[in-house]
Amino acid sequence: MGRVIGLVAYHVFKESVRDKVLYNLVLFAVLMIGASYLIGQLTAGQDVKIIKDLGLAASSVFGLFIAVFIGVGLVWKEVDRRSVYNLLVKPLRRHEFIFGKFLGLALTLFVNIAVMAAALYAVLALMNWMNPGLGRAAIEAPVLDPQLLKAFALLYVQLLVVTSVALFFSTFSGPMLSAAFTFGLYIVGHFNADLAHFESVVKSAAAAWLGKALYYALPNLAPFDVKAAVVHGQPVSAAYVGLTAGYGLLYAGAMVALAILVFSRRDFK
Amino acid sequence: MGGATARERKGSVGALAVLTIAGVLLGAALSLQAYREAQHPLPPVSSDILYFRGGAAVSRAALGFDALLADVYWIRAIQHFGGTKRASGGEKRYELLYPLLDLTTTLDPHFSVAYRFGAIFLSEPYPGGPGRTDLAIALLERGIAADPKRWQYAQDAGFVHYWWRQDYKSAAEWFDRASRIEGAPWWLRSMAATTLAEGGDRQSSRRLWQQLLDTTDDIWVRDNARLRLAQLKALDDLDALASLVGRYAQARGAPPRSWNELVAARWLAGIPADPSGSPYELRPDAPGGVALSDRSPLLPLPPQLTKQTGPTT
Repeated sequence: MGRVIGLVAYHVFKESVRDKVLYNLVLFAVLMIGASYLIGQLTAGQDVKIIKDLGLAASSVFGLFIAVFIGVGLVWKEVDRRSVYNLLVKPLRRHEFIFGKFLGLALTLFVNIAVMAAALYAVLALMNWMNPGLGRAAIEAPVLDPQLLKAFALLYVQLLVVTSVALFFSTFSGPMLSAAFTFGLYIVGHFNADLAHFESVVKSAAAAWLGKALYYALPNLAPFDVKAAVVHGQPVSAAYVGLTAGYGLLYAGAMVALAILVFSRRDFK
Repeated sequence: MGGATARERKGSVGALAVLTIAGVLLGAALSLQAYREAQHPLPPVSSDILYFRGGAAVSRAALGFDALLADVYWIRAIQHFGGTKRASGGEKRYELLYPLLDLTTTLDPHFSVAYRFGAIFLSEPYPGGPGRTDLAIALLERGIAADPKRWQYAQDAGFVHYWWRQDYKSAAEWFDRASRIEGAPWWLRSMAATTLAEGGDRQSSRRLWQQLLDTTDDIWVRDNARLRLAQLKALDDLDALASLVGRYAQARGAPPRSWNELVAARWLAGIPADPSGSPYELRPDAPGGVALSDRSPLLPLPPQLTKQTGPTT
């Protein structure tokens, strides 16, 4: 079973490489190098903070686009090309197919995030080497701060949640609608803390209960964002990272399970 | 084989032709655009566009990209301040400076340079800045609310009172407040006492700025301290030169018409220049007959210290 899932995952990764998804890394590198030069001209003394902000935000945007636009096509493409019929007559069970697809995109995202993190550290190291005074100016956090890895780690788990949501929609909907739903949930995921305190703005107990229920049902994505805290050198405890990552992995697992459920019930005859 | 080569060659020629056509079409489109813009000029883009006013709403809509958005507004604030300051002629309007700083610090409440340098921008007197020390203090107070352990904000508020408002009592209170924050350096307490006792003479001002220069790691705060120290040095130079010119006039019966007269008489070793390198100027209408060059980056000098109250260096 593990081997079959691994094969599906490997093919998803290979396909993303063939589709030139990793080209975004070149764009990221160009953006970072260009920005480090331009920002140095504009904002003496704040280059490090701005480059860190920009690197983390760009990783987040690129990762989000990959998770959504590839995620929504993972199942739909196979159905549209009718290759799913050939696949499912092979000794490949439907849950293996879905889980393999998820792991394949998770691998693609991991490679992306890892390379972007390495590129950000490389640009920071270069800036530090070219201007040794930066280390003293960056009083809030060291230039090459290992804490940045916490932000990248949580960003990765957040993208896994987004991928699982996209995959779920992909099992029963076309790419346009799936992308719209996933982006919608991504936006809602940054606001749903408001739902937790819905009772403070509505009088109806039923509405307050519904708000609470939605708060738990919808993905809560805001806690994954520790970018600002890390850049300002504020402590982000390992316990916080662990709890948030745990929530994300469990939520993604639940969405993949739902995707398997929907996909298992689809009739491809 | 020969046929394949001919096909390849034909293909290359075709590709080259398409590329040429694309280049020609693009060139024509750009020429047409340039012509249209010459006939119908583009409307000017106002540099005063603020984009948004409600910082809290923008922060919510930023979807986790608020720190990056804060950077954008910070760069806008710098451009607005620098652009307005350098603009030649007309009334200089800094009206967007505080809203931009407000947006920056609402989006990223821990953006320390935006508070510290924003306060410097806001305090700078007109025309070099808006001269809004009240807003500078308000900005620093917001910084303290966001980060109560940052004694530097309280220290900066003390400097605003000390340097721009000449309110030495309030300055001393702020220095004292800063000294009570955990992690504050020991000398802040003595700074509070000195400020209260000696007010704003040049020596105590020099001590304050030197202390700031020696202890801050922030490039812009250091540059600002260096500028203030250079201004203090220029004030001392002006006093010394005015005294020299007065003595020369007494000895020769008339003031010198140029520095060369003083150099030739060996009263000076060379043409005197301020710490920025701009030569001082002999001007009969200036106090003491000596002034900074209009091109000196040290202008404007702090008016409260132009009259010497401490010993001349």
